[in-house]
Amino acid sequence: MPLGYLLRRLTVFLLIVWVAASVNFFIPRLSGADPVRERLLQMAAVGGTGTGTVEEVVKSYQAKFGLDKPLWQQYLFYLADMVRFDFGVSITRFPNSVAGMILDALPWTLVLVTVATLMAFAIGSLFGALVAWPRAPRFVHVLAPPLLTLSAIPYYLLGLILVYFLAFTWRIFPLGGGYKVGTQPSWSWAFIQDAAYHSILPALSIILSGVGFWALSMRGMMVTTQGEDYVTFAEAKGLRPRRIFLRYALRNAILPQTTALALALGHVVSGAVLVEIVFGYPGVGNLLYQAIRTFDYPIIYGVTFMVIVAIGLATLILDLLLPVLDPRITYHRT
Amino acid sequence: MSDTSVRLGKTEVGAVGGRGDGTEVVLDVRDLRVSYVTPRGPIRAVNGVSFALRRGEAFGLVGESGSGKSTIALSLMQLIKPPGRIEGGQALLDGTDILALSEEEMQRVRLAEIALITQGAMNSLNPVMRIREQIIDAWKDHGEPVNGREAEERIHHLLRWVGLQPEVARMYPHELSGGMKQRAVIAIAISLRPKVIIADEPTSALDVVVQRQIMQTLRRIQRDLGAAVILIGHDMGLMAQFVDRLGVMYAGKLVEVSPIREMFRDPIHPYSQLLIASLPSLAKKGQFLGIPGLPPSLLDPPLGCPFHPRCPYAMERCRVEVPALELKRPNRLVACHLYEREEGQA
Amino acid sequence: MTAVPLSLEQAQDRIGRVLRGLRTYPMLSAGLMLILLVLLISLIGPLFVPREGVQVGSAPPDQRPSREYLLGTDTVGRQILAIIIYGTPLTLQIGLIAGAIGLGVGMIFGFVAGYYGGALDHLFRGAADVFLTVPGLLILVVIATTFKGAVSVMTQALVVSALAWMYPTRTIRSQVLSMRERGYVQLAKLSGMSGPEIIVKELMPNLLPYLAASFVSAVSAAILASIGLEALGLGPQNEPTLGMTIYWSLYYTSVLRNLWWWWSPPIVMIVIIFVGLFLISAGLDQVANPRLRRAA
Ligand SMILES: Nc1ncnc2c1ncn2[C@@H]1O[C@H](COP(=O)(O)OP(=O)(O)OP(=O)(O)O)[C@@H](O)[C@H]1O
Ligand SMILES: [Mg+2]
Repeated sequence: MPLGYLLRRLTVFLLIVWVAASVNFFIPRLSGADPVRERLLQMAAVGGTGTGTVEEVVKSYQAKFGLDKPLWQQYLFYLADMVRFDFGVSITRFPNSVAGMILDALPWTLVLVTVATLMAFAIGSLFGALVAWPRAPRFVHVLAPPLLTLSAIPYYLLGLILVYFLAFTWRIFPLGGGYKVGTQPSWSWAFIQDAAYHSILPALSIILSGVGFWALSMRGMMVTTQGEDYVTFAEAKGLRPRRIFLRYALRNAILPQTTALALALGHVVSGAVLVEIVFGYPGVGNLLYQAIRTFDYPIIYGVTFMVIVAIGLATLILDLLLPVLDPRITYHRT
Repeated sequence: MSDTSVRLGKTEVGAVGGRGDGTEVVLDVRDLRVSYVTPRGPIRAVNGVSFALRRGEAFGLVGESGSGKSTIALSLMQLIKPPGRIEGGQALLDGTDILALSEEEMQRVRLAEIALITQGAMNSLNPVMRIREQIIDAWKDHGEPVNGREAEERIHHLLRWVGLQPEVARMYPHELSGGMKQRAVIAIAISLRPKVIIADEPTSALDVVVQRQIMQTLRRIQRDLGAAVILIGHDMGLMAQFVDRLGVMYAGKLVEVSPIREMFRDPIHPYSQLLIASLPSLAKKGQFLGIPGLPPSLLDPPLGCPFHPRCPYAMERCRVEVPALELKRPNRLVACHLYEREEGQA
Repeated sequence: MTAVPLSLEQAQDRIGRVLRGLRTYPMLSAGLMLILLVLLISLIGPLFVPREGVQVGSAPPDQRPSREYLLGTDTVGRQILAIIIYGTPLTLQIGLIAGAIGLGVGMIFGFVAGYYGGALDHLFRGAADVFLTVPGLLILVVIATTFKGAVSVMTQALVVSALAWMYPTRTIRSQVLSMRERGYVQLAKLSGMSGPEIIVKELMPNLLPYLAASFVSAVSAAILASIGLEALGLGPQNEPTLGMTIYWSLYYTSVLRNLWWWWSPPIVMIVIIFVGLFLISAGLDQVANPRLRRAA
């Protein structure tokens, strides 16, 4: 892989990380107020956590961010903290470190979102390719309208419907959570089984509503690809339809589709965050939800930063995968 | 299909075949009709075309853009897609009507018996596959051996044959120049030694020098193979160098089929005359006259002869009666009321 | 437009033409129909259902649908029917305002990037790509939690519009890019038209279907984002928007308490809106790109 391509992709990744960090830094400062301080003072006034603790938090907070220093210094310190994943401590669950809390929650989200998104992408792309294929079996055309309708429903609302029917009414799946109440997360086979069982419904809501989306965009790509000269020539070569479909049409249509996947990741993750809330799933979405309800800003900023970095990383991986799929990419550019 | 059209097809082909020069007909197209169904009605893109191709012959097809040349090529391969439809006609390849074959049967005939070099051959290669794989793919589905030394040697030989280095086998299309891509496409098209090769504007995207080289290669291969070629194009100069006989298309119909020399020396159909006259000759350098008027709408074609609105010699009869493609002089088929039918041939 | 009333034939002719258009683009017309249905509900509903119903305590809590409370009531004694009728237009309003802002910004960025190219193109396209990659909802969460306080419908629309411009920017840019080299644009350039003039007079009219499709998708994205924010509790607290209704129903665990009449009506409305908008934008795609029509 040429160095230039690699460097450019890395630059984009760093750009994303920088945007993520800066958003967290500047938005609170643009508001004119200091929401963290305000929140702390408010807590002190209510006295909910005991004044002693709050004062401790205030002290550690001011020392950490050096609020007496000029803005640009604060910014640099802030960036340095961010790249070291130092998000400070939780306000409401002092002195738990935000990084630690995120680290506990992140694997849940990562596994759920990655597996569900890849499945939705694979099933949806294949399905969409078939819809555009004149020789597709009949069931494809029967299934298309309901799947497309499902794709118009946000993940978490679909999750709500699934919970009501499959968990609440028919009791096939658990109502929520990541594992059976009372068990401790471990790497035992029984626990993994239980966790997988709990993740079926959340995953299903992401997959069901994602399949239609990917099918739709793949259908568009396939329509374009089938008009290409190389498909006509493949037919003139007397190839079997299956080979033309897989190696000529689908193989080429999947390239822009993969780019589309990279662009849609942010969207997917936004949806997944809300799915976790509906299911009480122990990932970063729920962590965020709890933080929003208690205005625990360090967690809100920390989760935002980490999720954006994770997405940037996923995009980077896709970008590096693309030249493997498409020999032209590294050749034409740079 | 009407009775007369069958008779007409047979008669004229018989007339040509009966010329007694010892060549036999390899592909006999009879009354081919193809339409594209559009919301505003059917477009009759090919409207009763008949011609016969002799073994080893190079046959040219010219005509304005939209006159139905590519549609003929695609329908001979049974590759017309909706909204297009082959409405009628036959194409006898060594006596078998390939338009009547089932999809599976036709799939085996493609490339093995009749090959198509598609229009826009610059993009005819799959961008994500190496040339070697694209050759082998075709062999796989025709039950040809693809493994072992023999297959490798065949690939090398094939590439050499079209004037490419064997290393090209390992390359991707984007690593090749336009001319090289075109040669690779030709290599694939001839790899199973077809009897008929259809080349739809094979060189239109290339510069003149490369064009000539490619055409020479094609000519050489055609002679080696003994295959018949249908060359589709706009470029009369290229036709003059390459083909033996030329068919002139107008609005989905053949209006004249003549040996190439006669066509240039003495075009018979008024449209052919205008076409030849509009060519920039050495004497009238750079003067391109063009043909006055617009090609007719295929949605709503004029009654009678499709060319009559633009024809300088149009008569009353031309407005009502469609002229049939008939033998008007020895070896010359023309669809025009201006000329009497050649007697004593049928 | 003249004030001359249409003759009967003219009117018939016009209706006929519209009907024929609807038949040619079934997706577009189905989508318009659904959105029209939603608009009708929010226009006619208030005539029959008094606004008091959205007030807390206006009815006994947790009532099933009955003759008196057609869609039942929630845990704090609000009537679901009233919530739907008065909440739906608020959600639509947020979507339309944010979508319009998004399209406006996207048009400026897209036209400038596509037409002038160069560094501006790099800047705008890069920004759009980076912000598309970033999960919008989280950024909005940061904004909304920071500027907390009484959020009005208008504020909510403004917040959401912060991330509604990227798709329009991308689509418009790539379309402009493909049109820039066409004959009539070149001709206009040669005849001495200025850049902005070409954009407005030559490019915009030809991009109308794309602009319309971009607007619809921007509206759809804005509604999605605003419902998402509201479901997290970050919306206009005292307004019965569809997203806030979802939030409260989650907050009071309506699913586990089998209060199906609480959470299902907002979902149905949201689905109708999204399916409608989706069909409209797919239909507009067909208008703009006839190649898709055949493979439908
Ligand atoms: N898919 C299609 N749908 C509708 N009409 C079509 C389609 N394909 C071709 N046609 C129409 O059929 C007619 C013949 O087209 P064809 O491609 O055979 O022309 P051609 O002679 O090869 O032209 P060119 O020299 O430009 O290649 C044209 O009028 C064209 O508009
Ligand atoms: Mg053609």
